Amino acid sequence: MNIDLPIVFTVLMGVSILAYVVLDGYDLGVGILLPFATSSEQNVMVSSIGPFWDANETWLVLGVGLLLVAFPVAHGEVLTALYMPVLIMLLGLILRGVAFEMRIKAVGWHRELWNWFFWVGSVVAALAQGVMLGLYITGFSHGIGYYIFALVVALGVVGGYVLLGATWLIVRASGDLQKKALRWTRLGLLGLAVALVLVTLGTMLESATIREKWLEFPALLAIMLIPIALVVALGWVWHAAQRISEGLPESEWTPFIGTVSIYVIAFLGLVYSIYPYIIIDRMTIWEAAAHPSSLTIVLIGALIVLPMIVIYSGYAYYVFRGKAQEKLYD
Amino acid sequence: MENADALLLARIQFGLNIGFHILFVSITLALAWVLVYFRIMYSLTNKARWITSFNLWTRVFALTFAVGVVTGIVMSFQFGTNWPGYMKSVGNVAGPLLAYEVLTAFFLEAAFLGVMLFGLNRVPGWAHLGATVLVAVGTTLSAFWILALNSWMQTPVGYGYDGDEMVSLGWMDVIFNPSFPLRLLHMLMASGVTAGFVIAGMSALRLLRDRYDKAAYVSWRTGAMIAAWLAAGQILVGDLHGLNTLEHQPAKVAAMEGLWETQTRAPLLLFAIPNQEERRNDHEIAIPGFGSWILARDVDAEIQGLDAFGEDIPPVAPVFWAFRVMVALGLVMMVVAAYGVLRTRHGHLPSRCVLWVFVGMTFSGWAAVLSGWMVTEIGRQPWLVYGILRTADAVGPVGPARLGASLTLYAMIYSLLLVSYIVVMTHLARRGRRLRPFTEEEGLPVK
Repeated sequence: MNIDLPIVFTVLMGVSILAYVVLDGYDLGVGILLPFATSSEQNVMVSSIGPFWDANETWLVLGVGLLLVAFPVAHGEVLTALYMPVLIMLLGLILRGVAFEMRIKAVGWHRELWNWFFWVGSVVAALAQGVMLGLYITGFSHGIGYYIFALVVALGVVGGYVLLGATWLIVRASGDLQKKALRWTRLGLLGLAVALVLVTLGTMLESATIREKWLEFPALLAIMLIPIALVVALGWVWHAAQRISEGLPESEWTPFIGTVSIYVIAFLGLVYSIYPYIIIDRMTIWEAAAHPSSLTIVLIGALIVLPMIVIYSGYAYYVFRGKAQEKLYD
Repeated sequence: MENADALLLARIQFGLNIGFHILFVSITLALAWVLVYFRIMYSLTNKARWITSFNLWTRVFALTFAVGVVTGIVMSFQFGTNWPGYMKSVGNVAGPLLAYEVLTAFFLEAAFLGVMLFGLNRVPGWAHLGATVLVAVGTTLSAFWILALNSWMQTPVGYGYDGDEMVSLGWMDVIFNPSFPLRLLHMLMASGVTAGFVIAGMSALRLLRDRYDKAAYVSWRTGAMIAAWLAAGQILVGDLHGLNTLEHQPAKVAAMEGLWETQTRAPLLLFAIPNQEERRNDHEIAIPGFGSWILARDVDAEIQGLDAFGEDIPPVAPVFWAFRVMVALGLVMMVVAAYGVLRTRHGHLPSRCVLWVFVGMTFSGWAAVLSGWMVTEIGRQPWLVYGILRTADAVGPVGPARLGASLTLYAMIYSLLLVSYIVVMTHLARRGRRLRPFTEEEGLPVK
């Protein structure tokens, strides 16, 4: 049997990056929303992500690890091209990861300080990830237009994470905090919708390769499903949030699941735009791939271990189901 | 010149990060198993002192682990940002080892850490104990893979070439390369000594405030006991590891011993100032023949000096000195820990003076571990992968300006972290007694 290993690894890497974006996205989003809540609400917010943030960030390590293992040449190129945003993201992630542990143990103004670090770290990490995405889409081109585009993408990512964080809180919080989360959901939706439009237009204008792929005639009809599905999903989340705030019967999970579907659809659109490149217009996934012998050994491990990871991560989510409490250590 | 600066800065930056990372990992690696011990003792005896110890030390673990995780994430990126040539040339062999670390270890630790920390009253006792064990298994697996990779970089075997691409010829050979078993054991034991002193030091601080704090006493004795036995065991394992290095990386051993010339009856240098430019030592104090005896068990044995390796020798002074610091600290730690344990047999309480010594030595393991890593990593230079890839050939195109700026930022944030870490640890030690795992209304936690 002949498997096209680079394709398999592109899928694996895509899945881990998507898992990272959705999972760490909600906890970064909760971090970004922290200053807009009261002190006791802040404790609930942090409790709601406490048992999970660490495992969520592990998907980032897996994503970059797969890039490193499966596409070693691209790994070096991408990370050196993104040197500064990567650095800034890492500093943000360090701050918030540590702030998380420190703020639980701190009292008085120390706790305030660590709350602030937690917020700064979350915002900075989200912005840096957006800049990385923006620069990546444009194939690391240099010029003021590209930088502005990257900043717009960065703001869009912040909006998208706010949406994930807010819809997560709808599930995990109750009372006033849940009401606030419903308001934040609408703001996040607006921000994300604007960003999606701007990013789509910007990408079409800046990259001839992507433009041609999207405007090719027969494919166009099928591809149009992606933007249509996006609009439907955005409307779905808005509608569900509306129903919950009016007290109508609606699962508290619906806005979060709807948001995840927005991410999945947008991600598919992105993949369609870039495939078969790993660095757009410069390097395809086959040119960047590692030797089949090392891809095979990693694939065997991944196929055995990934289902186990899903099962025990699911177990952790099951243990900590239900509304979050103010106190994390009981 | 610019290239030389960039290389040096890339090395300092990576060294800073990896050195900072190892501080926290060297604690969590062994602390995870101590937590398993506390948890089992609680299940067996149902005494509050064990669960109080467990609860305090899981908090320390969580904090330490968090710093380890975030600096570890930095490392996974720095392989690419600082050493793109590394993965390009040996990625087919090195990459899968890293991938297996992420797959088998990271997710395991991260998922069960939440259950271990916050789940005492949420899951059945067996599941909580199971989660605690799995966290420990995860941290040890992580060390297994990363040390397999590091050892392969020191003693590469099991590889071949397909065209000009390096590939693995047998994964068992790659993983169980000649220096791996001893290096892993040496590191695990070093972690035990480090964590033992952290536990004993912090518990000593609590005992100084309340001599009859039972939880602090059992923690203190557990820490001191682990440190005493493992520090003693390190004399044997460290010696075997050194002999293994002599066989596979003689240039490193020559640098450790400060031997510039190949000679019989090689001396053991107690003091010397290695002079790299003139390739000799200044101001030697030596025991003649003892070096040969340590390395070959024969005072007349011939030991290769640095002259046998031409220009491919590491910077001698840092290796020479780091080695001495490591050995000296190891011996001091062994004596102190053993003294503490012997003085407190039959339930005797340690004296205040002894307690203060332990408080002072809380982080002494850090200095020993860092020196050990400096010996082995600087001793490998100028190679990144011994005999295959030079460090200078793996460095990336990032210029000195950006490297310098990012290095400054890293240094700033790491200083902040280190200070906060020690402040919070002290704070935790002080209020450790009040960390009750349960309240009267809630009743006793599950056993």
